[in-house]
Amino acid sequence: MAEPRVMDIKDQPGFRTIAIICLLVLYVPVLILMIFSFNSGSLVTHWEGVTLNWYGTAFGNEEFHAAARNTLIISVTATIVSTICATLAAIGMTRVKPWRGLAAAFMVINLPLMVPEIITAVATLSFFALIAGAFGLNFGIGNLILAHTVFCIPFAYMPIRARLEDMDLTLEYAAADLYATPWNAFRRITLPLLVPGIMSGAALAFIVSFDDFTITQLVAGPGQTTLPLYIWNQIRRPMTPEINAISTILLMVSILFVSVSFLIARRRAK
Amino acid sequence: MGIALKSRVAAPQLPSRPAYGDNQPGTHLPPRAGSLNGVIVPEQPGKNAIEVRGVRKVFGTGENQVAALDTVSVSIRENEFFTLLGPSGCGKTTLLRLIAGFDFPTAGEILLHGQDIAPLPPYKRPVNTVFQSYALFPHMTVAQNIGFGLEMLGKPKGEIEARVAQMLKLVKMEALKGRRTSQISGGQQQRVALARALAPQPKVLLLDEPLSALDYKLRKEMQIELKRLQHETGITFIFVTHDQEEALTMSDRIAVMSAGKILQVGSPRDIYDRPAERFVADFIGETNFLPGTVVSKQAGVATVKFASNATISAGYPEGFDPSGEVTLVVRPEHADLVPDPAKGTITGTLSNIVYFGTDTHYHVKLDGGGENFIVRHQNSRSSAVTYETGAKVGIQFEEDAARVLKD
Repeated sequence: MAEPRVMDIKDQPGFRTIAIICLLVLYVPVLILMIFSFNSGSLVTHWEGVTLNWYGTAFGNEEFHAAARNTLIISVTATIVSTICATLAAIGMTRVKPWRGLAAAFMVINLPLMVPEIITAVATLSFFALIAGAFGLNFGIGNLILAHTVFCIPFAYMPIRARLEDMDLTLEYAAADLYATPWNAFRRITLPLLVPGIMSGAALAFIVSFDDFTITQLVAGPGQTTLPLYIWNQIRRPMTPEINAISTILLMVSILFVSVSFLIARRRAK
Repeated sequence: MGIALKSRVAAPQLPSRPAYGDNQPGTHLPPRAGSLNGVIVPEQPGKNAIEVRGVRKVFGTGENQVAALDTVSVSIRENEFFTLLGPSGCGKTTLLRLIAGFDFPTAGEILLHGQDIAPLPPYKRPVNTVFQSYALFPHMTVAQNIGFGLEMLGKPKGEIEARVAQMLKLVKMEALKGRRTSQISGGQQQRVALARALAPQPKVLLLDEPLSALDYKLRKEMQIELKRLQHETGITFIFVTHDQEEALTMSDRIAVMSAGKILQVGSPRDIYDRPAERFVADFIGETNFLPGTVVSKQAGVATVKFASNATISAGYPEGFDPSGEVTLVVRPEHADLVPDPAKGTITGTLSNIVYFGTDTHYHVKLDGGGENFIVRHQNSRSSAVTYETGAKVGIQFEEDAARVLKD
C-alpha cells in the first residue's frame, strides 16, 4: 500500500481540468484521424458509415507499396548501422579511463538532438550536393540511408549508454578475476547484459527513421518516396480516408516499436 | 598432488581430512611451472603464499594525491586464514584489490609463491575473489556461474561438470543449480559466490567483507561455514573485514590496519592481549585507558605510578621505549572490583551498572578523574558480592593486565 502523502498534486485546484484538457488536445486529433479511416464515405470530414475498404485500397496501392519498401530499406539499414555505431561509442565512452575531451565527445554525439531538424536537413542536402558537384558521386538511396544513420545515432546511443552506466562494474571485475580476458569478459558478460539496451536503442532509432519527414523531404531524389513523403504528397490532392488508413498503419507501427522499447526498458529495471 | 598435498604439509593438524580435489585426479592445476591458458603456475611453492613488499598505492595526481597504502609489507603463509582488519578507508580493500589485480601498486612487489604478480592483469593470476556484492552474473544459472572460471581456463566440458557438481555439494546448493541468481536468497547467493571463486582451485582466495550484507544469524552460520571450507580446501584465505569480532573468531592471523599502514600482525590472542599500539587496543575490543608516569623499567616491564601514588608493573611492546607520561591500557575483564577501596590499586565511585546477560559492566568514576573505568564481570548463579551505584570501590588488576602503549 502506498503511504499517504502529505502533499499530493492531485489535491491542487484545477488539476483534474488541466489534465483532461492536455489529454484531449494530445489525443482527440489522432483519434479522429483513426476513426475516419473506417468511414465508408469518401470525405474525411463527413461520417457516413463503417467500412474497411480504405485499408483494402491502401494495401492494393502500388505507390504505397513502393513507399513502404523504400521506408523499410532505409529504416532497417539505418537502424542496424546507427545501433552498431552507438554501441561502440557508448562502450568507448563508459569503459575507458576518463580522458580530456570525454565531455566534449558526449556533447558532439548528442548535439544533433538539439539542432533544429530543418538546419540538419539543409546542411545534409548541401553536403550531398557538394559531393555530387565535386566528385560526381550520387549514392541514390544510399544518400537517404546515410542521412538517416547519422541522425539516428544519438537516439540509439542514449538507452545503450544508460544501460552501460547502470551495469555493475564489479561484474566485469569478477569476470577478469575468473580468468576471462578483456574480450571474453565483453563477449560473455558485458554484451549479453547490454542486449536490452541495444534493443531499446534500435527500436528508438527505427521509429525516428521510420517517420522522418523533414530531412527525407530535402534529401530524397526521384523515386525515393518514403511513407511520410507519400502521405504528404497525397494530402495536397483531394483527401480520401485512404490517407487516414495509411496514417493509422504508420501510427500502429510506431506504437509497436515504442512499446517494444518501453517493455524492454521496464523489464531491465526489474 | 598440487595444492592438496602442499596444504597437508603446511597443516599437519588436519592430516586425515581429504582435500576436496583428492579423489578427482587431474582436476587441479598441474604442479609444474609455466602457465595454464595464460594463467601463471608458480614455480617454487614456498612457505609464504603471498608476500607484500614495500607496496605503496597513491590515488589522484598533483595536490590531490592520497596514499591509500603507505609502504605496506606483510607475509601471508600458505593455508592460512589471514584477516585484514581496520576501519573503513584504512586501505584494506585497496590491498586486496592489488593482490587480485584490479589495481596496480605505485611502488613495491607482490609475490605469489615467490613470483612477482604485481604487473599481471587479474585474469593471469591464480587468485580468485569473493566480492562484497557477490557480483554473480545475473544472466547465468547458479551452475553456469560456478563453472565460469573453469570454462575461461579452457578446461574440458566433462571436467567442468564434475567440478561444478563437487562445488555445489561443497556449499550445499545442489538443489538450486538451475536457478537464476536473482531467484535465490542472499545467503544462497553468498554460497554461490564462494563456490564460483573456489571452483578453479585458486592458490589464494580473497574475500572482501563477504558477510557484511547478511543478517546476524546467517552471518554467524557463514563464519563457521567459511572456516569449514578453508579446512576442507586447504586454500589460503585473505579476508577483509571491519568487524573485530569476526576477525578474532575466524582468523589464524590478523593484520590491523589504519590510515594506509599495517599497525600489527599477529594471532587473535596476540592482537587482543598484547596490542602494539593504542589504536589497536582501542579498535579491538573494549579498553580502559589510564594515565600514569613511568618511574623505572627493566626487561620489557615498566613500573608506572598513578596519580594516587599506587604503582603497577606493565609490559610494553618490543621496540618501544616508554618514559615520562604514558597511557596504560587495561581490558575490562582483566580488572576486578573489590568492595574495600583500601585493597584496590586504584579507587573510585561506581557510577553505573549495566547488565548484559552473560556479564555485567561496572562503570567506575576514578578518584583521580579522567574517563570512566569499566570493569567486566562474568555473571554466575552465585555472584558473591552485589554492588550499588554510588558505592566507593577499589579496582585490582590481574597479573600482566596493564600495558604501556604508543599513542
